[in-house]
Amino acid sequence: MNEVPPPAKLLPWAPERNGEAVEPPPAPRRDPGLLAGLLLALRLAWRQLRADRARLATAIAGVMFACLLVFMQLGFRGALFDSATNLFRAMRADLFLMHPLTEASFRAEAIPRARAWQALADAEVDRAVPVYLAQVTLRNPETGSRRAVQLIGLDADAGAVDFPGLADVAAALRRPDTFAFDRLSRPEFGPVATMFARDGPFAIQLGTREMELVGLVEVGPSFGADGNVVLSEQNFRRVFSRQAANADLVALKLRPGADVAATQARLAALLPGDVLVLTHAEMVARERLYWETGTPIGFIFLFGSVMGLVVGMVIVYQILFADIAGHLSEYATLKAMGYSNGYLARVVLGAAVILAVVGFIPGFVLSTLLYGYVAGATFLPLEMYTERAVGVFLLIFGMCFAAGLLAMRKLRDANPADMF
Amino acid sequence: MDAAPVELSPVELRGVNFAYGEGELRRQVLREVDLRIGPGEIVILTGPSGSGKTTLLTLIGALRAMQEGEARVLGESLLGASEGQRVRLRRRIGFIFQNHNLLGFLTARQNVAMSLELDGRHSEAQRLARAGQMLGAVGLSDHLEKQPAQLSGGQRQRVAIARALAGDPGLILADEPTAALDKQTGQEVVRLLRDLAKGRGVPILLVTHDPRILDLADRIVDMEDGRMVQADKASA
Repeated sequence: MNEVPPPAKLLPWAPERNGEAVEPPPAPRRDPGLLAGLLLALRLAWRQLRADRARLATAIAGVMFACLLVFMQLGFRGALFDSATNLFRAMRADLFLMHPLTEASFRAEAIPRARAWQALADAEVDRAVPVYLAQVTLRNPETGSRRAVQLIGLDADAGAVDFPGLADVAAALRRPDTFAFDRLSRPEFGPVATMFARDGPFAIQLGTREMELVGLVEVGPSFGADGNVVLSEQNFRRVFSRQAANADLVALKLRPGADVAATQARLAALLPGDVLVLTHAEMVARERLYWETGTPIGFIFLFGSVMGLVVGMVIVYQILFADIAGHLSEYATLKAMGYSNGYLARVVLGAAVILAVVGFIPGFVLSTLLYGYVAGATFLPLEMYTERAVGVFLLIFGMCFAAGLLAMRKLRDANPADMF
Repeated sequence: MDAAPVELSPVELRGVNFAYGEGELRRQVLREVDLRIGPGEIVILTGPSGSGKTTLLTLIGALRAMQEGEARVLGESLLGASEGQRVRLRRRIGFIFQNHNLLGFLTARQNVAMSLELDGRHSEAQRLARAGQMLGAVGLSDHLEKQPAQLSGGQRQRVAIARALAGDPGLILADEPTAALDKQTGQEVVRLLRDLAKGRGVPILLVTHDPRILDLADRIVDMEDGRMVQADKASA
């Protein structure tokens, strides 16, 4: 460093003081910074969009529509899978035994009940609770019509499942010919919960047998079952006669501190091949997988989402394209003034991104409201999860961005050499 | 860079040829064009349509790639200049078109400020202040916040002049700036352009058919069939 530091104060005869100093040359031109350039492009895009209110409203409506469609499709899809696993998710046990051919809970393959007692051979297994699953009809106490309902037979005192309200009716369920009804069941079963709340226990025909309703629990309907009924092992056999030595599922409670994975491995080695040993998460995932892959439902909703995105993209593309086509000479003028192709491309993409954000917000709000409404009407667990909101936003963003990329090709027609 | 760029003419063309199309369809529009515009000089380019004057203007304005010949505009060589170099050169040239080509969704002041947004030296406040000054200089200080649709044809063309001059260009290129205006407005607008350019020492190259504005030029250049037919002001 051999520069001399400038004097702190100007001398009285310094040229700066007496006006003899030459003005310093102006700083050379320089490009605006990257961020400033982006913001300017975004501002121009917004001003252009804002200028034509009708076109902006159309574009926002298009994005909102796509948003709504995707949210509803993904919502139904998620609700289906959530509701399909309602039953299994309510179970509170460490390990489960299930027949390898059981694909879904509403169509369980029977396993020998003896597997439950064999599992007790392992020192870490504390309790084994057989669970019985079947579907019979329940007569609507108001209209008399009958409808299939899911039977869940188990020892309510054993603590293998934890449906809300079950603890209160456990004692009553021990009596012969009693059952508890799922208050979240679809309304086609009649006002069972209302009548119970008003009149107390009353008799309903379940299958071919007159049974007493003694309480209400909460499980929730699924695509496989419109409603649920919980009852004891003995009462299950009275309603649904079958081989007494068969169960559909065995819930295993381990001793506190037991190693679940190691126990699972030991049991799998110990028990014959007619049972699978699953953890709770594995069992829920297996049920979910059935609905995702074993039925066309998962694909249908996915297809619906894609259709929504395609329609939204076409609308946004049309709007952006019309905006460029209607301003070709202005865009060409901007190019003549020294704006680069890249800058104008950023303006178009900026407009696309603005539409994504401005369309997503009302779409999100409307979808949240519709979720509440649809959940009330279908009793499906439709909820606005943060991950889903973020995921849909990314989809909408990508949709608008793709539309912008397509529309950008029109910019090539804005040729400043043709302006004169 | 050559030494002493001060002495350099803003525009210097030598032996410029240009043709559209290829092979059979090849059509020569510029033949051995020589043109020199001195600092602060106002040159009017006339000639029948198809004489190549507009093509010449787009070449000087770096809107087209040069094919053959020697051309220096504002010290930059045009032959073989890349798209990026040409885009950068355009920022130092003020363009005025037949139609004002203002952005309809921006106010007059925002339109003028657009020509300053390419220069990172200015802040938003500086840009708007300078745009306001320029509009004042063209007599539109009462119409700063109006959109082009709310202005008359002459006012719009004056906004376009303010936009062309706002960025302190080294050269102004104008193509039929009076074509869309009535006689009186057209003359007013061109006179205003000349006065502002003279005051700043900015040279102008103006293409026109309009005989009423020829007297504003320092020099008139006639073109015919792609060739220069030099004529001085008196004989025009």
